[in-house]
Amino acid sequence: MTATLSETLNAADLSPAQRRGLIARFQALADDEIVLAQRDGEWTGHAPILEEDIALANIAQDELGHASLYLELRRELDGSDPDRLAFFRDAGEYRCARLVELPRGDWALTMLRQFLYDAAEALWLDAAQASRYAPLAGVAAKALREEKFHLQHSALWAERLGRGTPESARRAQTALDTLWPHAAQLFALLPDEADLVAAGLLPDPDAVRDRWEALVGGHLRDRCDLDVPPLPGAGEGREVHTAHLAPLLTEMQAVARAHPGAGTW
Amino acid sequence: MPQPRQIPAAPLTPKAVWAALSGVPDPEIPVVSITDMGMVRAVQVRGGAVEVTFTPTFSGCPALHTIRAGIEEAVRGLGAAEVEVRSTLTPPWTTDWIAEDARERLREYGIAPPAPAGDTGLIQLTPETTRCPRCASFDVRLTASFGPTLCKRLYVCNACQEPFEGFKSV
Repeated sequence: MTATLSETLNAADLSPAQRRGLIARFQALADDEIVLAQRDGEWTGHAPILEEDIALANIAQDELGHASLYLELRRELDGSDPDRLAFFRDAGEYRCARLVELPRGDWALTMLRQFLYDAAEALWLDAAQASRYAPLAGVAAKALREEKFHLQHSALWAERLGRGTPESARRAQTALDTLWPHAAQLFALLPDEADLVAAGLLPDPDAVRDRWEALVGGHLRDRCDLDVPPLPGAGEGREVHTAHLAPLLTEMQAVARAHPGAGTW
Repeated sequence: MPQPRQIPAAPLTPKAVWAALSGVPDPEIPVVSITDMGMVRAVQVRGGAVEVTFTPTFSGCPALHTIRAGIEEAVRGLGAAEVEVRSTLTPPWTTDWIAEDARERLREYGIAPPAPAGDTGLIQLTPETTRCPRCASFDVRLTASFGPTLCKRLYVCNACQEPFEGFKSV
């Protein structure tokens, strides 16, 4: 390979191993977005106030928009069909993180999860803007501009809950304690991903995690008055799921699977 | 009986295509067109074939197919035999591309135009300042960070007490 580390690459420049690694990462990113959007969508008609019903529907719509960007990146590499990947894979084939699978819980759990996830996504995208894989750098620059609004929204809710009433603070702390052990998985390398990081094709997850801990930890401690536990290890890989994923997919995929030949669902 | 003659269309030039596209309204904010919004990035004319490159404002925008259809219809209306509508993400769309006179139309319509986005501060936990489109006061409060469309938020002006929508600064 003659390319130096400063040159940008396109699909035709990739080695087969790099291609496989990027496909795996794009699928993991898309699966996180799809599953979280489904959880957010469960609040439609049930959020505490109408404005939040609308906000979560907006956020879910953006997350699905980002999922389709990642699946288009994958399609450029292997010609796969984004709809088939979203609607016709079972839980065992999904590669989402366990954080996004957890049931929606109460409003505190929903908003704290969104905050932890939004910050991780925004910081990963910020780093991915420098990817040498040109199509990813383009998608990252686009999605980051949208992600900032999610982050502002969920950061404000974390503050409202943390500094609201004793009951809201209790629920926010319980949510944080429930979610925190799952957060580290967002920053874990996929198998064979280290080479892609070394080649400048994907962000260094350790650097993203350090920025995330500073941003999220600072906000939760200083603006939300919450106790932030130390971050544990990432645990098992993304092929291991909680029992909550399969029922979520059954519901999400029901219409598509009942009418597999339909053009749109 | 002979068929009625069609009025000859204007010559198919990039300028004519841009003019036609300036008549395609944004599906969600009809007081501005897709060219006002800076969504049309390039126009190429080769004989009777026209290629229009546009960039989506928000990646999850549900109006994208309406915009594509609007572009195709406007260009076919000029007599183009072949129309290709391509989309691009690079460079990413920014509200800084919204034309100056379109900002004024947004304001008159009751939507606060976006503050300059620049290229910094994409990761920030506090929203940018906004001015009331009716009384121009900065003394406003955000009541919902997500509005009826992905591109807007909801505010109330503390000075004149009017609720209003503000375009997000992207």
